[in-house]
Amino acid sequence: MFKIFVITLLTYLTLTMSISTKASPVETFKFKDEVTKIRFQTLTKELRCPKCQNQDLADSNSPIAADLRKQIYAQLTQGKSDQEIVGYMVDRYGEFVLYRPRVSSLTYVLWFGPAVILLFGAIIVVIILRSRNNKEENTELSNEQQQKLKKLLHDENASSSDSSNSSPKEEQH
Amino acid sequence: MNKAIRFIPLVLVIILGVVLYRGLSLNPRDMPSALVGKPMPDFKLTTLLDENKTVTKADLKGNIVLLNVWATWCPTCRYEHPYLLDIAKNRGITLYGINYKDDKTMAKQWLAKLGNPYKMTLFDNEGKLGLDLGVYGAPETFVIDHQGIIRKRFAGAINTAVWKNEFMPLIATIMTEQQQGK
Repeated sequence: MFKIFVITLLTYLTLTMSISTKASPVETFKFKDEVTKIRFQTLTKELRCPKCQNQDLADSNSPIAADLRKQIYAQLTQGKSDQEIVGYMVDRYGEFVLYRPRVSSLTYVLWFGPAVILLFGAIIVVIILRSRNNKEENTELSNEQQQKLKKLLHDENASSSDSSNSSPKEEQH
Repeated sequence: MNKAIRFIPLVLVIILGVVLYRGLSLNPRDMPSALVGKPMPDFKLTTLLDENKTVTKADLKGNIVLLNVWATWCPTCRYEHPYLLDIAKNRGITLYGINYKDDKTMAKQWLAKLGNPYKMTLFDNEGKLGLDLGVYGAPETFVIDHQGIIRKRFAGAINTAVWKNEFMPLIATIMTEQQQGK
């Protein structure tokens, strides 16, 4: 019984989910050729909707995104280049609308930050590994130290047999 | 040296914490407008109350202009409206409205019922001027100085606190510039 319930629930979920993914906004734009269509699709995926912030223009249902899609379509039919269209959007909505921001002094941290952090991490790893190697070298005893150790161990064995009453084995009796 | 390395993760976590904590108090809608410092874009629109009257950019010049983008479909605009009525009483500031992608009859009713704070309302049915101004919703308010340069764009509702903190200092600055004849 429970199994059937789970199965129906899962089927329901997958069905509704597949419907909701299909429900992205689609206006009926007619393109003169395949290239323009692809350019339109790329542009609407690379430009962010200024209102909903975490959606691209292709994905957003908000009225402003619909307006901007129409604007892109109109400019494509006018024969404007991709750069001109992106420039038009940036002039009005700022660098913010670009999902792939331009390389400028404002975005250096964004573009090169991860590489710098990776380098920084690599340097730390190297430093740690090196200091560890140094430690291992230091743990090797010199001849003199080894003889001292043997002597100490020998003394210890001799004295432990004398004062055996404090060992745990004895206490168990 | 070895001891110092041990504290690097702690320092990194603290830095990350500070950055993320600051992120919590930032408003993601508070974006710098691409148009600040640029002249008001050209336009040619009719007014809301008089279809035969055509208005261009030249009609907005001369004073400190506050350009308020509003619509009847926007609940926040209704919240903002009484504050706009108050602001309109200020001397030296002229308040213009842009009725953005709205129904004309409903917009007229709105002004008749709630009061009209605007010296003039532009009727931007297609959102064309809105697009040129980088408007993506309503309400939004622009400050344009005596030389027709956009000095500020504010997205969201104006209230007493916003007016005092966001607008008053800028308006004072523009007024001193005006007196100095810049």
